[in-house]
Amino acid sequence: MALEESISEEAAEELARNETPARRSGLSEFWYYFSENRGAVAGLVVFALLVLVAILAPLLAPHDPNIQFDNAQLLPPAWTSGGEWRFFLGTDAVGRDIFSRLIYGSRFSLFIGIVVVAIALLGGVTVGLIAGYVRGWLDTLIMRIMDVILAFPSLLLALVLVAVLGPGLVNAMIAIAIVLQPHFVRLTRAAVIGEIDREYVISARVAGASPFYLMTRTLLPNCLGPVIVQAALSFSNAILDAAALGFLGMGAQPPTPEWGTMLAESREFILKAWWAVTFPGLAILVTVLAINLMGDGLRDALDPKLKRS
Amino acid sequence: MLQFILRRIAVLVPTFIGVSLIAFSFIRLLPGDPVILMAGEHGMTPAQHAAAMHALGLDKSLPLQYLDYLGGVLTGDFGSSVVTKRPVIDEFFSRFPATLELSICAMILAVGIGIPAGMLAAIKRGSVLEQGIMGTALIGYSMPIFWWGPLLIILFSGILGWTPVSGRISLMYYFPTPTGFMLIDSLLSGQEGAFTSALSHLVLPAIVLATIPLAVIARQTRSAMLEVLGEDYVRTARAKGMPPRRVVGIHALRNAMIPVVTTIGLQVGVLMAGAILTETIFSWPGIGKWMVDSVFRRDYPVIQGGLLIIAIIIMLVNLAVDVLYGFINPRIRHT
Amino acid sequence: MKRITKVLTASLFASVMASAVQAQTLVYCSEGSPEGFDPALYTTGTTFDASSRTIYNRLVEFKHGSTELTPGLAKSWDVSDDGTVYTFHLRDGVKFGATDYFKPSRDMNADDVVFSFNRQLKDGNPWHDYANGTTYTYFSSMGFDSLLKKVEKVDDKTVKFTLSRPSAPFLADLAMDFSSIMSKEYADQLKKNGNMGDLNQKPVGTGPFTFVAYQPDAVIRYKANPDYWDGKQKLDNLVFAITPEASVRTQKLKSGECQIMPYPNAADVAGLKKDDSLQVLEQPGLNIAYLAYNVSQKPFDNVKVRKALNMAVDKKAIVQSVFQGMAQVATNPIPPTMWSYNKSVQDDPYDPDKAKQMLADAGVKNLKMNIWAMPVSRPYMLNARRAAEIIQADFKKIGVTANIVSYEWGEYIKRAGQKDHDGAVMLGWTGDNGDPDNFLNTLLGCDGVGTSNNVAEWCDKDFQSLVDKAARTTDKDERVKLYQQAQKIFKQQAPWMTIDHSTVIMPMSKKVQGFQQDPLGFHRFDDVSLSQ
Repeated sequence: MALEESISEEAAEELARNETPARRSGLSEFWYYFSENRGAVAGLVVFALLVLVAILAPLLAPHDPNIQFDNAQLLPPAWTSGGEWRFFLGTDAVGRDIFSRLIYGSRFSLFIGIVVVAIALLGGVTVGLIAGYVRGWLDTLIMRIMDVILAFPSLLLALVLVAVLGPGLVNAMIAIAIVLQPHFVRLTRAAVIGEIDREYVISARVAGASPFYLMTRTLLPNCLGPVIVQAALSFSNAILDAAALGFLGMGAQPPTPEWGTMLAESREFILKAWWAVTFPGLAILVTVLAINLMGDGLRDALDPKLKRS
Repeated sequence: MLQFILRRIAVLVPTFIGVSLIAFSFIRLLPGDPVILMAGEHGMTPAQHAAAMHALGLDKSLPLQYLDYLGGVLTGDFGSSVVTKRPVIDEFFSRFPATLELSICAMILAVGIGIPAGMLAAIKRGSVLEQGIMGTALIGYSMPIFWWGPLLIILFSGILGWTPVSGRISLMYYFPTPTGFMLIDSLLSGQEGAFTSALSHLVLPAIVLATIPLAVIARQTRSAMLEVLGEDYVRTARAKGMPPRRVVGIHALRNAMIPVVTTIGLQVGVLMAGAILTETIFSWPGIGKWMVDSVFRRDYPVIQGGLLIIAIIIMLVNLAVDVLYGFINPRIRHT
Repeated sequence: MKRITKVLTASLFASVMASAVQAQTLVYCSEGSPEGFDPALYTTGTTFDASSRTIYNRLVEFKHGSTELTPGLAKSWDVSDDGTVYTFHLRDGVKFGATDYFKPSRDMNADDVVFSFNRQLKDGNPWHDYANGTTYTYFSSMGFDSLLKKVEKVDDKTVKFTLSRPSAPFLADLAMDFSSIMSKEYADQLKKNGNMGDLNQKPVGTGPFTFVAYQPDAVIRYKANPDYWDGKQKLDNLVFAITPEASVRTQKLKSGECQIMPYPNAADVAGLKKDDSLQVLEQPGLNIAYLAYNVSQKPFDNVKVRKALNMAVDKKAIVQSVFQGMAQVATNPIPPTMWSYNKSVQDDPYDPDKAKQMLADAGVKNLKMNIWAMPVSRPYMLNARRAAEIIQADFKKIGVTANIVSYEWGEYIKRAGQKDHDGAVMLGWTGDNGDPDNFLNTLLGCDGVGTSNNVAEWCDKDFQSLVDKAARTTDKDERVKLYQQAQKIFKQQAPWMTIDHSTVIMPMSKKVQGFQQDPLGFHRFDDVSLSQ
């Protein structure tokens, strides 16, 4: 659904052309720019907390996320009248603790983000490297295929893909990875084309470096900047799209405590039990926001153009 | 320039074939079959099943089905819905105006608020105002709109009772819809209150659909403005003592608009994706809801035709953006 | 904003007042778009509400609010002694409703009846496949393609149906939606003009309402048929506001955007009942949800295992959690509102300890099984996944490990229909015609083995002979006895865990008068009016 700040092939190439030549931006320089951005640091802190929550979920959650308490259906949050303190954020329609489900849900969201980005990034960068390095008919073919994928609205394509593969979290992740992957291909290819005629590449080639070495050791490190920014963007996209699919009933299947699925499950109670709808959505928003804040920080730190201004 | 446009169009041909191939093959891969689904709990005998498959042309070989389909598409025949038995193209056009109206209004909101907000943020760089605008934009940009929509419904329809819950216009009004745009048709009808009713139905969905494009446009405008404001000629104009308002208004804005226009063009795909969720939430009778329903109903021909038509529209809009971009920025033409 | 709203509400209010004086308009927040307007092509209640129950009539009708039959377009009928020839005498002076697109020149007659059935029966009939992919699904799933031998015109007002065998439920089938009578004159006109597809888009019928306009996914409009043979309706206009989201329908009803709605969320019912301006009607639905053990598979071939599993589950908890109490625990495979329901049959008690013991006695240890849960919400089971989770938890308490499986709906039905499917399948049924045969024989008869109808794959000789005998008899008392006996055998053999019969709930404005809930699940608006 969200935020394709996607760029056309030409724009990507142009962007890469304007890129300053290989910068040796040490980690400290990166951190200097990144920490300049207070929002990014806040995002990082929230994100780190989320990771912690996900790892420590069994310790933090007061209840088993899937256990159904008898006579405790749709209890409101603890601080409202009728709420009970053992169910801090209330319970859902079958008497499960929403707070515990949200805590466990963080595992799914982070897992979705990591897996989807890993697949899309590995696949996209590999294909992009090959396309940019080899050029010719293979490049044309690859880029036309990417055009085809990008010609569909991402969520619609993911929806139909999941319908084909069967509803479920794994299939939703595969579908989203396929939909996100062309952006990596375009970026990497453009970066490679921009770099390939530079002196350091030519000299490596003259020195007899194999194409594989050239691609992975020489070219790749020098086009990582935009790819990392895109990865952060894709991470939040993946979480949003997976939740949207869950919302449409095509993502993770109940009783999985995935946030989008929780939202979908409690939609019928929207008028009666606002808490069952509100908190999962809030969790999605906070997570995505934290990642996007970090993404902005990464962009500022890695994009030399903005640094100048 | 003409050569550039022709080349762009030539590129579309293989993309079109690819798109049609994907739309076609997806549908054949879908598990379950529409015939059994229609019978529901009743089930059917193998003989009845075979007859129904034959009636739908699903018993032919795949390449043959594809050629049939492609031939049909080129003559404007996208097949017929399994559920309603109506031609897909008719179904599409009976719903498209609703989506178009919603999208245009959302776009007007997004551009009308996004560009000024982005400009303001760029001009007031470092101020609290900038942080406020950019913070809000980032929240909008991160918004799960399938949550945002219901939230607005609870607030504005449920608690405050200001807006209707769903639909395009109050059922009290009944008039011919020659344009398909409820806002225009309600005015043409001359019925008292019809326009306000249509407008009040449109507000919430348009806000929800506009949320993400608005945030993207505001962010894009700000960074484009910042970049332009740092360029030499703007500094020169400033140094020459041109009033800041004119510097921003004439020089900076015009140049900053180039990337912004591209961004706006690219939002068409985003809007289509957003329409899927927005229309589902608000029961808006448009293309997005139609596609979701069809996926759930296994309406093969509709999913196939809908995917293809939507992809064609996005391809054409992208073509227009590309051409426009090439027109503004000649460097692109020679790659 | 506030000012604008005030003006807006004021103007809305004014127009409500204006229209109220002029005409009675009922707005029904319907649950979905109809698939089309030719009821013979479809099988869903949503489509029937919008087509057959508003626009059309049948030879025989269900009495308002019951499954009993009453003369419709046929004022009377005779049955031959062997029960295979039915002769119908048609009512005089029945007019098809005139619309913008068709003005009838004659009254309804035998040609119309013959046309309505022959288009479904005869392969060569030009209307047999008039729309793309036309299939007369309901006609064939009720077995009419083999049951019905021929339909003939005797004279203008007499039609003769010849059956291949006697069939007790035949008359009830003629009251079903696929038996709606269409206008042959209109069909001929469409054929001449080459737009046969319009039969499904622009309907013409003899019913209480005539079609005005349909906007897909948004609204259907009807007006009262001024020449209706049973008298013009009190409502002048009927509007279906298509609103698929249950919470949105509730919201619209509360705000007065519509006056009546079906299928509220179970969770919202309590709130609706509290609303002073609303009334909430309730009625047990003519349906059943069940968990069918595949009895052709070990260990479910053992009746003790089936009984033990049945006793392990707290069905009240399912009714509470899934339906918020708006359902009743099921004992028999037919609902209590259906004639011949056997009240003396006792349900297996909820007793986990005894269940555990019985499993041990049967020599079953560490049982691992699949529970199939439907991916969609059905009237008889709103949330199969949630019910399956409860059953899963209950099974765990007696040491049975259950794994919940689900497939896409079409795939689900297909796989459940295969004889070797693994485990216990949750499924259900809503009555078609109010006849017990439609439950007992269809769902549990030997013919259904290996199809999606009998997913227990259960074929019991004693049960089958009772049900067969009942289908051939026209004596109702005799049939009642046979069916009651069959229900006893069913419970002893326990091929299913009977789960629930859901309650059908219709919230509506107190202004709505004369609405009767239909046991077959239709939403009929004939004889409904609005008080001022």
